[in-house]
Amino acid sequence: MIPTQFAYVAPTSVEEALAALAEHGDEAKILAGGQSLLPVLRMRLNAPEVVIDIGKIDSLREIRDEGDTISIGAMATYAQILGDAGIRDSLSLLHKAITEVADPQIRHRGTLGGALVHADPAGDCGAPTLALEADLVIQGPGGERTVAATEFFEDLFTTAVGEDEILTAIRFRKHDGWGSHYEKFVRVAHQWPIVSVAASVKVEGGTISEARLGLVNMGSTALRATATEQALVGQPATEDGVRAACDLAAEGTNPPSDLNGDAAYRSHLATVLTRRAVLKAAGSS
Amino acid sequence: MTRIELKVDGATVSDDVEPRMLLVQYLREKLGKTGTVIGCDTSNCGACTVHLDGRSVKSCNVLAVQADGAEVTTIEGLATDGELHPVQAAFHECHALQCGFCTPGMIMQSVDLLKDNPNPSEAEIRVGIEGNLCRCTGYHNIVKAVQTAAGQKTEA
Ligand SMILES: Cc1cc2nc3c(=O)[nH]c(=O)nc-3n(C[C@H](O)[C@@H](O)[C@@H](O)COP(=O)(O)OP(=O)(O)OC[C@H]3O[C@@H](n4cnc5c(N)ncnc54)[C@H](O)[C@@H]3O)c2cc1C
Ligand code: FES
Ligand code: FES
Repeated sequence: MIPTQFAYVAPTSVEEALAALAEHGDEAKILAGGQSLLPVLRMRLNAPEVVIDIGKIDSLREIRDEGDTISIGAMATYAQILGDAGIRDSLSLLHKAITEVADPQIRHRGTLGGALVHADPAGDCGAPTLALEADLVIQGPGGERTVAATEFFEDLFTTAVGEDEILTAIRFRKHDGWGSHYEKFVRVAHQWPIVSVAASVKVEGGTISEARLGLVNMGSTALRATATEQALVGQPATEDGVRAACDLAAEGTNPPSDLNGDAAYRSHLATVLTRRAVLKAAGSS
Repeated sequence: MTRIELKVDGATVSDDVEPRMLLVQYLREKLGKTGTVIGCDTSNCGACTVHLDGRSVKSCNVLAVQADGAEVTTIEGLATDGELHPVQAAFHECHALQCGFCTPGMIMQSVDLLKDNPNPSEAEIRVGIEGNLCRCTGYHNIVKAVQTAAGQKTEA
């Protein structure tokens, strides 16, 4: 199908984009890579009067090494991120999760910023962003503010980004010295996970000293598995050592039921996938 | 209407288009490049794959206005001077199609894959074309064609 009619503007700076948002309010929609928005418009689930294409704002595509952090512009594509050696080395969890997103064509267009603002609880990028404790940089009429990943995802398809604001960058602390793994469970190729687990783990002398875990599709937003994170600390990085902690992975979650599986099935999957992800992240399997 | 100017298969074109026009519609309906086909309504099938500034995209999931200033290559621009592109020739030689509907997209995606990875393993080929669906062949001969285009020996 074809979208309903809309007016199109393609600003070349963040300031111009913000001005267009201010002018058109909730009748406008930001277009990034379009890999979620265009399907939505084509199915006519949304019919904005104005589409503001931020694809011509070059500064939003920059990936910058800032010493202890790496700042990824909201418009950096999946493909661009996969090609960045610094991210592969220091943010391997993000790299691994993005290799699992969709297919090559969609990774050439889709952006990390678009994926995070879209905030599909089944999207692959929310969980590593949570587990890596990223900060999200948001610009609006009142200037710039920074929101922690734990505060960013508010509900189904809803984030801290207001209607008059733009996500400009995602800032990650480098995770050198941490092990990582992204464990995705999916029925067919190039689709959203039924459940997946993003694990970032620090092991010292065979013992887990810190763990950060993100869950996909276990509630209305991406979630942290905090009970498991806490219970893993001090445990030996072995199958028996992590089992009891990983059995807590679904605690505090509210998984959906759909054709791919009911809530009880997803809760069970979460414990199994968490155990696999933690062991692989710890280098023990 | 929005004015766009871009290069398609080597020729510069310029048109006034509705912003909602999809790139695939523009190619087919305005330029008559019906070699690029539409196989689905969900951006799943990959039949509409073209290259936008040298990288594969699903042209049903890109607006024509987003291609303003860009360079587009379709299946119709792949051959040079009547000589098939090596990937086209390999699809022909390996019988990598039955109904042929997925073929334009499969070939465009395979060309993109080989540009990134000139000597892919069988597994890498299968993952590289995961966004392209074929309802007929079972993929076997498609994989063989990509291997052949890469200069690899394949078993019968
Ligand atoms: C066939 C197919 C398979 C897919 N498979 C997967 C998969 O396996 N896993 C997965 O995670 N995803 C998958 N996706 C979804 C894809 O990853 C998109 O969610 C992602 O590309 C969105 O980024 P975008 O740049 O394309 O955003 P767009 O589609 O352009 O925008 C998405 C939303 O975010 C808003 N927005 C975008 N950028 C900003 C910004 N900087 N500031 C404020 N608002 C903004 C837009 O207004 C829109 O509401 C798939 C998509 C398709 C079509
Ligand atoms: S027609 Fe574009 S992916 Fe199916
Ligand atoms: S040959 Fe018929 S769909 Fe592939």
